[in-house]
Amino acid sequence: MPVSMKTIRWLPLAAMLAATLAFAQEAPDALVKRVSQDVLAIAKSDPKVQAGDQARIHEVIDGKLAPHFDFTRMTALAMGRNWRNATPAQQKELTEQFRQLLVRTYSGALSRYRDEKIEYKPLAVAPSATDVTVKTLVVKAGGGSPVPIDYSLTKTPEGWKAYDVIVGGVSLVTNYRDEFNEQIKSGGVDGLIATLKTKNGG
Amino acid sequence: MTSMTRYVLVVATAAALAGCATGPNKDDPFEPWNRVMYEKVHVPIDRDVMQPMVRAYIDIVPSPVRTAISNFFNNIDDFISAINDGLQGKREKMGNDLGRVLINSGVGMFGLVDIASQVGVERGNEDFGLTFGTWGFEQGPYLFIPLFGPTTVRDGTGWLVRIFGASPVGYIPDVPIRNTIYAFGVVDARYQAEGAVSFVGEAALDQYAFIRRAYLQRREYLLYDGNVPPKKEDE
Repeated sequence: MPVSMKTIRWLPLAAMLAATLAFAQEAPDALVKRVSQDVLAIAKSDPKVQAGDQARIHEVIDGKLAPHFDFTRMTALAMGRNWRNATPAQQKELTEQFRQLLVRTYSGALSRYRDEKIEYKPLAVAPSATDVTVKTLVVKAGGGSPVPIDYSLTKTPEGWKAYDVIVGGVSLVTNYRDEFNEQIKSGGVDGLIATLKTKNGG
Repeated sequence: MTSMTRYVLVVATAAALAGCATGPNKDDPFEPWNRVMYEKVHVPIDRDVMQPMVRAYIDIVPSPVRTAISNFFNNIDDFISAINDGLQGKREKMGNDLGRVLINSGVGMFGLVDIASQVGVERGNEDFGLTFGTWGFEQGPYLFIPLFGPTTVRDGTGWLVRIFGASPVGYIPDVPIRNTIYAFGVVDARYQAEGAVSFVGEAALDQYAFIRRAYLQRREYLLYDGNVPPKKEDE
């Protein structure tokens, strides 16, 4: 037998230890790499994702990717100064609707891109750092221009969480700031919530 | 004050007030006009003509051939990029881009195979609009031109320089061949934009504003070669 019983008995403990360490200490660049590789691996191997099953793709994004985003911070940044004028209930509703929109948008992107390779730029993180940008490069299979994708992350008690994605210099949060601003100007915060709800299909 | 001057003043004031009502954008003084161009002209034509054309293109032309066609046009972009590296005094990038064009035009058969990327020579992305920006020209008002897409006065001028002077395609003496290349160029450009167009459809609350912000962010990023100086978050 290649693996002795003794080793097997130790496996659950080792796995638990590894999980605890990962939770406590996983560096932001390691986190981005692990999560993106995880999602890409599912995209390449899951037959339902391959067949374009939207419910399954949505489940993958919601389960694997979304927990590593700080949606409250994203929503606050996209709202700019309007955030402080919103009531706590409005803030909560906005965050939930924005989360749904982003998950849906990401699901759409995942069903289109799956043959790409991701290169990870090395990152030196000072132990005291609470805000970092992890740089990656998405390389297409048949040549063409590689697309730089940067993730802005912040340190939270639950580990590092992303609050912005910058694709080829285009910040998602900045892009939504204009949109949110215009919606609030014409219909107030409730108008923006209504627009987001309509966009999310209910 | 002549009656003509008074009339111009009244119209200008009315236009300014109308602008305020819809939220003026300092980059986009012609927003009402641009919006009509996008929503009433571009979107219907894109939906009824361009999208069916791209679907047919994908159905008829196999994927490796589509990639080869994209590579062919990217090779022309690389040539334009090399010229602009030179105009901006970026010697190293110019050598890089020229090297790409030479490798891909030769070994890569007129640019159909992107050998340079496969051996790790990355693409440059300079153009005349960015050169004018580097020389200190302001971007000017944002413009949305149906079928062509988002641009600014500066970037649009850059495109005119390219189309009417710098692009090697313009020097092909055989008119039918030249026009065929132009036609494939239009199809390929729309084909390459397919992912971005789908993304905007899914992500945007207001497609016009979303495209405008994305375009202006992208151009600023390219102008500063990826090192955009930080600015105030909350305007």
